[in-house]
Formats: sequence, C-alpha cells, structure tokens
Amino acid sequence: MKKKGVGMSCVLHPTGNKGAGDPSQAAIQLKPDGTFALLVGAVDIGQGSNTILRQFAADALGVPIEKILVSNFADDFAPLCLGSFASRVTLIDPHAVVNAVEDLKRRIREWVANEWEANPEDIEFDGETVYLRGDRERRSMTMDQIAAGANFGGGYNPGFLVGTGAWQPAKFHAHDPETGEMPAVGAISFGCCIAEVEVDTETGVVDVTRLVQVWEVGKAVNPLLVRAQINGGLHIGMGYALTESSYPYWPTEDYAPEKLGDYFMPTFLDYPPELIYGIEEVPHPAGVQGAKGFSEGSSNGPPPAIIAAIHDAIGVWIDTYPATPEVILKALEAKKASE
Amino acid sequence: MTQYVGQAMPRYDGIGQVTGTTKYVDDIVLPGMLYAKCLRSPVHKGIIRHLDLSAAERTPGVVGVLTAQDVPGQNIYGASGDQPVFNPDHIRYKGERIAAVVAVDEDTCMEALEKVKLEIEEQEPVFDMFEAMKPGAPIVRPGTTHNLHEYMPGMTTRVIKLGDVEQGFAEADLIIEGRYQTTQQDHAPIEPHVSVAYLDPANRLVIHTVSQCLYFHLSQLVRVFGLPMSQIRYIGGTIGGGFGGKNDIHADHVAGLAALKFRKPVKYRETRREDLRYSGKRGVFVMEYKTGVKKDGRLVANHIKEYHDTGAYGGFSAYATEKCGMFASGPYWIPNILVEAKTIYTNKVVSISMRGFAIINGQSTMEIQMGKIAEALGMDPWELRFINAWRDGDMGASRYIVRGAGALEAMKKAAELAGVQLPAHLMAMSSRRR
Repeated sequence: MKKKGVGMSCVLHPTGNKGAGDPSQAAIQLKPDGTFALLVGAVDIGQGSNTILRQFAADALGVPIEKILVSNFADDFAPLCLGSFASRVTLIDPHAVVNAVEDLKRRIREWVANEWEANPEDIEFDGETVYLRGDRERRSMTMDQIAAGANFGGGYNPGFLVGTGAWQPAKFHAHDPETGEMPAVGAISFGCCIAEVEVDTETGVVDVTRLVQVWEVGKAVNPLLVRAQINGGLHIGMGYALTESSYPYWPTEDYAPEKLGDYFMPTFLDYPPELIYGIEEVPHPAGVQGAKGFSEGSSNGPPPAIIAAIHDAIGVWIDTYPATPEVILKALEAKKASE
Repeated sequence: MTQYVGQAMPRYDGIGQVTGTTKYVDDIVLPGMLYAKCLRSPVHKGIIRHLDLSAAERTPGVVGVLTAQDVPGQNIYGASGDQPVFNPDHIRYKGERIAAVVAVDEDTCMEALEKVKLEIEEQEPVFDMFEAMKPGAPIVRPGTTHNLHEYMPGMTTRVIKLGDVEQGFAEADLIIEGRYQTTQQDHAPIEPHVSVAYLDPANRLVIHTVSQCLYFHLSQLVRVFGLPMSQIRYIGGTIGGGFGGKNDIHADHVAGLAALKFRKPVKYRETRREDLRYSGKRGVFVMEYKTGVKKDGRLVANHIKEYHDTGAYGGFSAYATEKCGMFASGPYWIPNILVEAKTIYTNKVVSISMRGFAIINGQSTMEIQMGKIAEALGMDPWELRFINAWRDGDMGASRYIVRGAGALEAMKKAAELAGVQLPAHLMAMSSRRR
C-alpha cells in the first residue's frame, strides 16, 4: 500500500569558519584599454563565485560588467582565498573585492590629481568618467584615457594602477576550554523545507512527490544561481535522507560501491515531480549589500523534512540515516510487533 | 548606472562548460607525460614487514617507483598534519597509500603493481566508534593509549555550555530523548581526483590541481616537497565538482613527487573505484539529545552528546565536531545548552568535509527531535518552531549573538509557497523582536 505524508523542517547554515580568522584577498588592475582584470583566489567549484564577484566589482566601480575580466588563480601573482568551503565566499570575498576597488580608485585619484596638480580628495568618479570637483568642464578624463595614459605613459606620467583588498569577519577566537565559548560567527542563513512523500509499505521505497524549500540568504546576489544552489543542494540532501551510504550493509564492506552505478545517488528521475523554491532576504549587517553565504545549507533541510513526512505517512520515526527500503521495512515490522 | 548585484545573470564561465570547451585538469596531455598509480594497503590495520618493488621497477615501461624515502621534505600532509603521503610502517586503513609506480601509461603501472611483494603483519582493526572507546580496544594511532582526539592535552571531550542545563530540565514540563545516526556519504563529483605536475623551464614545479582551497593545500605541499612557495606554481580554479571532497589533497602530492624525481610531466588520477573506496567521506555522527520543553512549547534545555567518527586520521574532524556542537540546537533560542562532543579514531577511511560539513549532522537530527517534541506536546510543528526561532540578539550555544535572523521569514515564505495556512498569531511574528 502507498501511504502519503507531509513533513517540515527549519534549519540554519553558518557562513565562514567557526571562530572566524578566515580571510580572502582580491586585486584589480586597470588594463591599458580601460577594461579591468579582477583577480580573486576563490575557486569556482560550480557555485558561480567568478560570476558574483564580477557583479560586486561592477557595482563598486560603476562600470558595465562586460568591462571586467575575472581570473581566479591563473598565474603566480594571485590573491589568497582560504578556500571555497564553509559557504564563506559570498560573505567574505565581496568585501575583499570592494576594498580592492576602493584602493584602485584611490590610486586613480592620486594619478589624476598629479596630472592636474590638484588635490586627490577633489577627484570624483561618475561611472567611467573621472573629473575635478567644481571644474568638470575643463578637468575630466574617461577611464580609457586614464588607462592609456598611465599604462603607456607618453604625454602622461607612468603608473601601475592596481588596487588590493582583504577582509575577514573577525580575528580568530579559540574556544574557551571551560565553557566552549566562541562568540565569533560570520553570519547565519536560514532555511525551511516542506516535503511530501509516498511510502510503499510493501517495498519500503520512499518517493518524494513534492518539495518546497526556501532560504533566507541576506541578499540574493544572483537569483539564478541561488535557485541552482537551493535545488542542487536538495540532491545531496535527498541522497543523505534516503539512499546514500558508503557502507550499505555495515559492518561488512563487501558491498561497498566500486563504480558510480553501485552508489545510490538520486538522479533527476528521483527529483520531486513538484519542486518549488523560494528566496527570502533579510540583509545581513556584516555583508556587502547584505549578502551572506547559504549554499551548503540547502542540503541540511530536506533530510529531516523527509523523515518527518515518512513519520506522517507510516507513524514511525526513522532515527538512522539513510532511510533505505530495508530500514523502512524493519521499522514497519517493529511497529507491527509492538502493536 | 546599472546595479548588477541582485540581477539574475548566467554564469561567467557557463558557456565553456555546457559546450565542452572548458579544459579540466584531466584534459591536460603533455608530450612525454608519465602516469602514476599507487600501491594501497590490502588490510585495514597492520605493520609493513617487507616491501620489495624491484620486480615492479623492472617491468618494461616503468620509469621508477616512489616510497616514503623519496619524499624530499616531510612525509606528512592533511589538515591535522598526521597523514603520510606513503605509509612506511603502521597501516591504519584499507587502501592507504604505500608506494607509487610511475610508467609510460596506466596499464603498465597496474601490471607493475601486481609484481610488488608486500608483507603486512595484520592486526585487529576497530571500525565502530563506540567499540573504539572501550578499554582494551585496538589502538588506531601507534604510540597513543586511546582512540579519542585530544582537543587540548588530556581533554577528550569538547564542552560547550550556555546557562545551566540541569536547572533547565528542572523547569521543563516534558523531556524528550533521542539517539540518531547520520550517514557516511561520498562526494561523487563527476571529476575524480587528478593532478598533473611538471618542471617548467626555470626548473620550478608546476602543478595543475583540482583543489577547492589552493593556499591551504599549497601550505601542505611545500612541506612535502621541501620547497619554498616561490618554487611551486600551483594552478587551479577550474574543477569538475568538489562538494567538499577537494578540500583535502588526494593527488597533488603524488604527481608532484613523481615529477620532481623523474623530471618529466606526470599525471596521477584516481579511478572511480579508488575514489569511492579509499578517498575521504562524510564522517558519521551519532547524536544523543535530551531536550526539555515547557507545556507552552518553549525550549528550556538541550543536552547533546555528540560522537564523530574521524576514521584513521584527524583531517578537519575535530573542527567539525566542535562546529556541529555550536549549531546542533538548531535556529532556536534555548537558554540552557550543554554539548559534550568527542572525535573518535577508527580504522576507516578519513572523514573529510562535505557539503553541509559539520552542520547537516546536527540540523538533520535536531529537527527529528523537534518533530518528536511537537508530537509529544500535541502541538503543530510550525508553531513549535515559530515560538522558539531565533530573534535578533538571541544567543547560540557558544555565546555568539544572532544578527540578521531570518528563520521566521523563511518559514512564512515556505508556508505561503506550499499553500500552508498559518494562523495570524504566527504570521505576526518577526525575527526583529520577540
């Protein structure tokens, strides 16, 4: 018999290393033609860090995004990023990028002020135009002109216009040995998941028929990528909940997987036919434009929501992940025996 | 002026990936490139008594072999600094690397590996972390007397406490207990672990890596190679899926050592079988909860006993055990929390980071606990969460202050999208105030 159930969960995911002390750096260079090279250390593991860091740089510079090239560790001179883990990049690296852009603007101000024999504090930016406050008619240069002038010299003073930046949420704070106190936390994101399942009481197979997942992400820097992360994390969450184990018949390892086909990850065919995602934004005080990381969290919510839905369907709580057909059938047998 | 943050934009590097033009590390093929394969321990625990690689080395097409003696720096890597690149003596898990064969192709490597004479005095392993904690259990780490990680010398339990959990239980109307076990999960990215290394014209070691965290790994590799950072060009940034599995070094040390010794380009890659069986996995946690709650649904105490199986080496596991404990009470204000967390060594593959690292274990179990509490109270599961959800200024287990709280907002939106009608008194709640 197929029994239906629904369950929900509310979970969190922290951004960044516990105890903080996890910096990232960025550098940005004005190329001779007025385009920009943004160097970051973050590894794009598919989450789209190159894409969003470029967005942050374009906003901070006020130039069209097409003018910015992103490179992550393609050469020797490279900024450090502690790594693409702990959902830390969206909180930390944008600060490094914005700081690098501010540093570059400072250098541009100095270079231009030197040309005009003016005070750097009187130099203003308007997108790709740089001008002297109060004398925009006579004292104005485009970014292209500055780029060519500084890089190629000629009638101008030579300059290497590069800005650098670094940021971390806080200095590292170790656990207090007595209380475990560790107050430094970068940011925390929040998720809610609602799962509907069908449990086949003869085979023990659980089908997830509908799944709704919402994440509160601070600021959805790129809603397309947020959606990809919410629905992508579900994949690992569903496997964790229902099928995946490296030792399926623990304690013997005889049946440990040898090829991908032996390892029971969900496929797209296992995805809930009805899959709904949602984004909520509570701007985080520590984030650039309110942004914080959340992506890993999208794996956290589905497992307990699925377990709650199984409970709703068949009246037993499964306490051991994954809830394989074997686990479900044994739980049903135990329930029957106790009745 | 265009505002880009907030815009749905396609991925910067997406076109290359969907059209198959992105070059991944395994796409690199260099003239005269050699290949490496590793000799792995066939037993879970034991002492290497004899290793004879001479027949393997004489195999036509084999250029040479690598053992612990070929490591110019320290034969140590890993986040805890305790893993040998090539194990010279005490085997701790099945599949641990003992040596490598370097040859003109992988088939020749495999042929040579079959000719290796290896004698290991097998010892009784321990796999279950609760067995490993018993007196007299087999010792995973030679030279130690027990299988527990020490957070500080002599400290085998990390305690995190807020308020007074006993007083909290005294105030509780109901106490719910639960014991949960999480799963050992494989990262299974499309791209298995791979590395290509060679010496550039200036004699610098160049490594093309699939690392998720370049500087973390570079810091470990300079110790292995005995080289300054300026002598290594570590090129990464494009990887075919990681999910946390590439926060540990799996291939760069072997490829780099081979390139240094044989002064030729070397590719080292794991097969899917090697990756599934012997690379690090998401570690198993057992979480024991005792939660006190008032009749009106307010959580007043949470006592968590946490056990994390780190496998044969330390990795990031102790960090993860602590981080799990910090957040395992979920997004809820609970004035009295006591976490007692242990990290335990067993003769299994190393537990490493994986998406949701350290956090999924606590969230996925505490939420089952919340379901049981709602059931015991006869309360709607939404209402239980709404009552207890963090508001700005609340405090978590390790005394961090919650800022930018958003659990209530996420729940309201999810209920709306799912067509769940929440009562007005819940919809009126906000994370900005209690």
